Amino acid sequence: MRIGSAISWVYVAALFAFVFAPIVTSMVFSFNSDRFPTVPLGEFTTHWYETAFSRPEVWTAFRNSLIVAASAAVFSTALGFATAYTDFRYGFRFKNAYLALALLPPTIPLVILGLAMLAWLARLGLSGTLPGIIIAHTVMGAPFAMAICRLRLQQMDSALEAAAWNLGASPWRAMRTVVIPFCAPAIISAYCLTAAVSFDEFIVAWFVSGLNKTVPVMILEILQGNVDPQINAIGTVVFLTSMTLVILAQLLILRKTSS
Amino acid sequence: MAKKTSLYEYAWRLPLILWQGLFFVGPLLLMVAMSFWLVRNYRMEPDFVFNNWDRMLSRDYFWNAYFVTFWRATLAAILASVLAFPASFALAFRASDTVRRWAVFFLIVPFFTSYLVRIYAWQVLLAESGPLNAIIGFLGLGPFTMLNSGFGAMVGYMTLVLPLVVILQTFSLAAIDKSLIEAARNLGANPRETLLRVIVPAAKVGLIIGFVFAFILSFGDFVSPFYLGGSNPPTLSILIVDTTKSGQQWPRAAVVAVMMIATLFVVAFAAVAAAYRKRS
Repeated sequence: MRIGSAISWVYVAALFAFVFAPIVTSMVFSFNSDRFPTVPLGEFTTHWYETAFSRPEVWTAFRNSLIVAASAAVFSTALGFATAYTDFRYGFRFKNAYLALALLPPTIPLVILGLAMLAWLARLGLSGTLPGIIIAHTVMGAPFAMAICRLRLQQMDSALEAAAWNLGASPWRAMRTVVIPFCAPAIISAYCLTAAVSFDEFIVAWFVSGLNKTVPVMILEILQGNVDPQINAIGTVVFLTSMTLVILAQLLILRKTSS
Repeated sequence: MAKKTSLYEYAWRLPLILWQGLFFVGPLLLMVAMSFWLVRNYRMEPDFVFNNWDRMLSRDYFWNAYFVTFWRATLAAILASVLAFPASFALAFRASDTVRRWAVFFLIVPFFTSYLVRIYAWQVLLAESGPLNAIIGFLGLGPFTMLNSGFGAMVGYMTLVLPLVVILQTFSLAAIDKSLIEAARNLGANPRETLLRVIVPAAKVGLIIGFVFAFILSFGDFVSPFYLGGSNPPTLSILIVDTTKSGQQWPRAAVVAVMMIATLFVVAFAAVAAAYRKRS
């Protein structure tokens, strides 16, 4: 049994190595001098960062991405929380259809969502604009926000809110003073996660964006040219941003659930 | 607290219905409608004709792409389920709660972390003169052509789906009642019998959900078949991108999209039926 156990841990380690290999590679090669990276490594350099971040369009793309991610996360989180609260508090006819509407978006392939969004937003005159991308990313982020808030609400004693009502608080006041404070960590967590979802999303953004490119859309277009180590440099910044957000999102829920 | 609070209640319920109705259901319905529209002089005109359907469904390249996509997604789902299982098994039965929680923590991180850049990293790693071939070269083998092939695409699909499949499998395996396994052992079942006749059936729902998600994600993925698979043969996702981006043939792209959604529906329903079927 000892050997079997050792083998299975080696296997788990190998699987994690496979999953993290591309992330580590990208970071290592972003500081490597070779244009066509291989082993043994070339010399240490920050050249690719300097070239990438001396281009104004890279800064514009980062600015666009931040605007889109920050705004889409607000809307996703608000929608997700409202939906989670509805599911937690109320039963009604067609509730299953309601929940399906809330949770289906991640199952639709991104190219299809991209095409549908492009056609729809073009009719509304919003294709090629940042609000267009924000709208699309809100649709995609809301289910994740809903899941996180729903998990947190599950831990709330539903008598807590009823008690506030009985003590004379209006439902709005009970929401503000009881439910939202209780859900605060989940709400912040949902904000971080949906910001990460938006910051990394490129297919729908690519269909919809036109000239207002976000960072991943810019990477996608550089990629269609050739191997370019600048992508490693930009990619490393993207990794660090989204990893920080996802780690933050998880720590916020874990800390609360374990206590 | 009967119906006094209805305004309050609707204030929480309606936002989702309005938003997803306007920006999720609306776009998808428009896309379905668009598949019946006509393109004349590079402009789309609302209509109800079957031209686009005729044109796409009578072409070999559509059906080739369809079967390639279906076959690859099936293969990816099987491969991911099989590759993930030993790891999920170890995490579910051999790890402490703390280790399992951190393992899931670190699998969630890559799932939400720039898939595109990770695929680019594979492009570098798998290149003809890249690091992997250099290492293989030290052993006196290779170089192997790994990019622009089915193999390359499969590496990409695994990058996309493996973390998720391991998470789903681990949860379903960890939820199995341990006394069930002990009972099987006490009754004289060997490890293999215990695995196949007790553990796998008990975790069936989670295993099937993992398979379905792997299928859905691989079936719709554009990046891996394009950048690692060399878009040869093209998949349905590549067909949609090409048809949309070159020329104003959105209605034809819509036909492909509707076919994809229909396929995913059938697969998902079949899987759910299989998952909840009573064992005879």
